[in-house]
Order: sequence, then structure tokens, then C-alpha cells
Amino acid sequence: MFNDFINQFWPATIDGLAFGSIYALIALGYTMVYGVLRLINFAHSEVFMIGTFGAMFVPFTLGIDSALTGLTLVGVIILMILAGMLASAGTAVALERIAYRPLRKRGASRLAALISAIGASIFLQEFFALIVIPNVFDRPQQGRIQMGLPRLMERTELFSIFGHTVRVDQVLVIVAALAMMVVLDRLVNRTKIGRGIRATAQNPESAVLMGVDIDKIIRMTFLIGGAMAGVAGALYLISYENTNYFIGFLFGIKAFTAAVLGGIGNLRGALVGGLVLGLVENYGAIFFGSDWKHVISFTILVLVLMFRPTGILGESLQQARA
Amino acid sequence: MGDLTGPNSGIVIPPRNGAKLVIDEYNKTNPAVKIELVEYDSQGDGSKAVALAQQAIKDDKIVGLVGPAFSGESAQVAPVLEEAKIPSISASATNTKLAENGWKFWHRVLPNDGVQGPSIADFIADGAAAKNVFVIDDKSEYGKPLADAVRAQLGTKGVQVTNDSLDPTESDFSSVVNKVAAAKPDAVFFGGYYAAGGNLLKQLRDKGVKDAKFFSGDGSLDKGLIEGAGAANAEGALVGCPCYIATPDVTDAKVKGFADAYKAAFSADPAIYAAEGYDAATVFVEAVKAGNTTPEKINEFIASANIAGVSKQIKFQANGEVEAKDIYIYQVKGGAITLLGKAAEAKLG
Repeated sequence: MFNDFINQFWPATIDGLAFGSIYALIALGYTMVYGVLRLINFAHSEVFMIGTFGAMFVPFTLGIDSALTGLTLVGVIILMILAGMLASAGTAVALERIAYRPLRKRGASRLAALISAIGASIFLQEFFALIVIPNVFDRPQQGRIQMGLPRLMERTELFSIFGHTVRVDQVLVIVAALAMMVVLDRLVNRTKIGRGIRATAQNPESAVLMGVDIDKIIRMTFLIGGAMAGVAGALYLISYENTNYFIGFLFGIKAFTAAVLGGIGNLRGALVGGLVLGLVENYGAIFFGSDWKHVISFTILVLVLMFRPTGILGESLQQARA
Repeated sequence: MGDLTGPNSGIVIPPRNGAKLVIDEYNKTNPAVKIELVEYDSQGDGSKAVALAQQAIKDDKIVGLVGPAFSGESAQVAPVLEEAKIPSISASATNTKLAENGWKFWHRVLPNDGVQGPSIADFIADGAAAKNVFVIDDKSEYGKPLADAVRAQLGTKGVQVTNDSLDPTESDFSSVVNKVAAAKPDAVFFGGYYAAGGNLLKQLRDKGVKDAKFFSGDGSLDKGLIEGAGAANAEGALVGCPCYIATPDVTDAKVKGFADAYKAAFSADPAIYAAEGYDAATVFVEAVKAGNTTPEKINEFIASANIAGVSKQIKFQANGEVEAKDIYIYQVKGGAITLLGKAAEAKLG
């Protein structure tokens, strides 16, 4: 068994980091909304799902069915990421407007918002399975069947670590996710909007008194979180080449776990939580078998929370220095 | 009844079409008693299937059921039908245990996994001469017993077997794939449905597991396997099945007639279980032709039936199993599924 671990250590690490990056990008949406509103946006999993379909729309409309190279490939990938961001961010903003803001204005409890989120989540899944996938993607009667993406990027070996291949798509996912994290960190810590987000997270009433437009800040929070889920959707699609109406479910739960693991409300915590979760799942699978993956990741979550109830990094948006 | 719109509907729609074909043919002859085909879309979900079965019995007053398609839902629906004394004939549920419940009204027109698993294992060990096999299952009521049967039979043949399981609701199988890559097997067997099978096969080939032959069971016998994996990755994949698919080059007049009629009606070649669905519905049609219109009478007819079907001679044992026990091996060639032959006789080209 220990021998297996040594043999599979490097491939498991690379897969774990690649998948963990996707978890981390989705986790950002949970963590930002929680930081600002103290609300778990359970419809965020569907924001990710819609991001994968937004990205799918690009090669589908362009009619691409074979592998691309050079600048065309780069162009299509950038377009897919943008389309994913657009679809996801649009969905997230619409969710806030339709499913949350009316409740917030009427002073409804957080529990009501939670139920509203679950309703929105089911609505979006069925909307895609019954209407969008059959009509927009021209798959009548096949709304619930997995939709594949033709191979856009050849799986070439970029380099190898100790004899284990590292493919270009895996590197793309990790690098792109880290780049987005850096951009977001800058955005929150260095810009005016970022200051507004932090102020609202610390104390909404005072923020209003200081002239912060709370509605706008909340909208921006959903927009940014949604855009990150869109990037995750596009990267996932390019790398795993399939999606379906239900794909958000497992990713949503895992990303939420990652957010809690890293410390909910904490942006860097989402990154740490995502990567740790991705690695732990893959390492654990070596020892206990792949069907134990979920058991391992949630056991780790329970253990971490027992000893560090605020997650690995703990510190959250509202405690961050303004 | 079965998964008509869900992720694995690709193996349920063809038998539905097969059944529809028989019943339409029969109704066209303007018989005294017409048969109405009512569809129940369980999406493969046992709890939905039970609710639908109750609706079928109470509201629609069905006299017989073609299905349920999957083993999991069959295990839940069969007791309900048994209590209501409604005969059922499944064209695709292959779990071995289904026949061990003493159900009087349950039947299936194909051999079970207890036959399928060992036959495929024999083919892996003998036909494909594999010495080191990696067996993966999807932990489902269908995939696990099938993979276990393959494991057991491979063990008796002295083949080295390595195991893992995956969660079919996931799309990333990298931990399984890494294990396979480390084990360097010369064959991989997957017990599960094609939706996961296609992704698994693609990720295996992408990870550089290129030489190991890929085997699977009837749940993966669908063009969805090729779509999921990509034609290049799926090339050469071998799939065993207790079903008989009429490929375009058949010579048998009866089978050819069925294939042509199917193609004319649905503008597609008969796919997996189409012939079995046709045969299952044929049994019901024959029962009605012989003047049986109540569920009990029809069930008595089924018990003594001996009908030349498209897929095989249809004759049921007391426990509901069909007597014929042939397993066929199919291979993906040039992006299409082709018949290689019976498992006991097939040779790799």
C-alpha cells in the first residue's frame, strides 16, 4: 500500500492540484457572498453549471470539431473563458436580483433565503435539462444526457516529474486558476469596490453611513463570485470535455466544503481549502480506493473543524485590514 | 418502463422502440382486442419507478409490463407488481438476484449477470489472453455484481486481478486512472453504465494507458461509450452483452425482417436490447392473440410460452429466467459497434 502511494504520488498531486484549483475558484463565490451577506448561496452550484454551458456555446456556435493549434487555440480558449464568465456572472446577478434581494428588502430570515436558493437551484437545473440543452444546443430529448466537447486541445506532454507526464491541459487549469486568484486578491484589497466589499462585510450599517451603496456592492459581490465560477466552468470543460445539467451538484458541495475548510469568508482560505481538498481526495483514494474519496474529504473537514472551528486560515473578510 | 430521458436512456429507448414496433404491427391487423402501449419514464430511479408502477396498476389498469429496464428499479417494482398480480418481462435487467425472490409474475428475456460475468471473464482470459487485469466497478446494483463475477472467474483462471471502484456521478476519475497506470495491466474491465464508461476510457487513454484492452458489460454497449471517449480512444474497446444486436450484415431472414422494419419505423439501426424489447412485447401480443386478456391468464400463457423470438427462442423457467444462455462480444471498429461473435467462440482479429 505504501508502495502504491510512492508510485502514484506525483500523478495524484498533479490531478489533485488541477481539480483543487477548480474547487477553489467555485469556493470563492460561496466565501464572498457569505462574507458580505452571511448567507450560503446554495444556487452557486448552478452558476458553475451554467458557466460550463456558456463555455460550451463557443465551440458549438463556431462548429469546431477537431483539435486546434497556435493562436486559434489560444483565441478559442480565451473566448470560452469569457463566455463562461459572462453566463455565470449574469446568472449570479440575476439570482441576487430575483431570489435574494426581494427577501432581503422585506427583512426575511436567512432561512427563507436558503430555501429560496434551493428553489432557484432546482429551477435552473430543470430549465437547462428541459429547455436550454434541447433547444439551444440542439439536443432534443437529450437534455439529461451528458454533453461532450470535441477535443480542442491535444493532450501533449509539457514536461515530466520523476517519469510522470504533466499534460498541457493540467498546467493550463492550475496556472489560470492561480492567475484569477491573484487578480481577485488585488481587486478586493486594492480597489475602491474592494474597499466597499470589505466595509460591508465588517459592518453593513456603518458602511451605509460612510456612503457605501450596499445594493451595488452586493451586486458586485455576486458578479465577481459568478465570474470566478464561470472561469472554473470553462477550465473544467476544456480539461474534462463533458458537462451535464446536474454537474453543479457535486462541485457545489465540494467547493462549499473547500470554502469552510479554508475558513469561510476568507478569499485566500478558499484557495487553500480547494487545493487541500483536491490533494486529500486523490491521496486518500490511493490508500482506501477511489470509492472512499468523498468519505475521506469529509472526514478531514470534520477533523479540521474540531480543532480549528474557523477553518485552516480562519481570518475572514471582515477582519481584514481596511 | 425505464429511463427514457435520463443519462442512461440510450439503453432503454431501443427496447421501447422494439416493443412499440410489435404492438403497432399487431394493432394494424385490426384485431378484436387492441393493445395500448403506455410509457413510464422512471429515469432509472427506483422510487420514481415504484410510484409509476402504482399509477400503472391503479389508474391505467395495465395487464402487463415490458420492463423495468434497470436492475435497481426492478428490485423495487417487482414486489409491487407481484402483489397486484401483473406480469412483467424485462428486456434488460440482468442482476442475478432478481430471479431468487420466488416472484411468479416477473420474467426477463435475457440471461443474467451470473452468466454474463464469467463468459466475459473467460473471453478476457482465453480470447484476449490477458494475464494482468484491472477490474473497476461503479458500486451500482448492476455494476458491482457483474464486476465481482468477472473477478471471481478471472481468479479461477490464475489471472492477476487488481481492483478499484468509482462513483459514476463524478466526472473526474483520475484517482482510478492513476491506479491503473501504476498497475500496468494488459486488460481493464469496467462494470457499469456507458456514461461513466466513456469518460473513464477517455481519461485512461489520455493518461497514457494505451495498450490495455478495455472491456465492459452490456451497460456500456451504446454509442454513448464512443461519444464519451472519442472515436480514437474507443477504437478496439470490447463489450460483452447477453443481448443480440442485429447488425446490418445479418443473413437470418427473421432477424433481417426485424432490422428492416425497425429502421423504417425509427430511421436508425436496431441498437442494444431492441430485439429483446421486441421479443418481450411479442410474448404479450401472442398471449392476447391466444385470447388471454386478464393479467393472470397472460401470466399463465407466459409460463408455458415457447416462441421463436428475434434474439433467441423464448421459453421461461419457473423462476422467470429465459432458457437460452448465450453471451455475445461486440467490438468498437471505426467508431461503430460491431458484433464479434458468441463469447465462447469469438476471436480477436
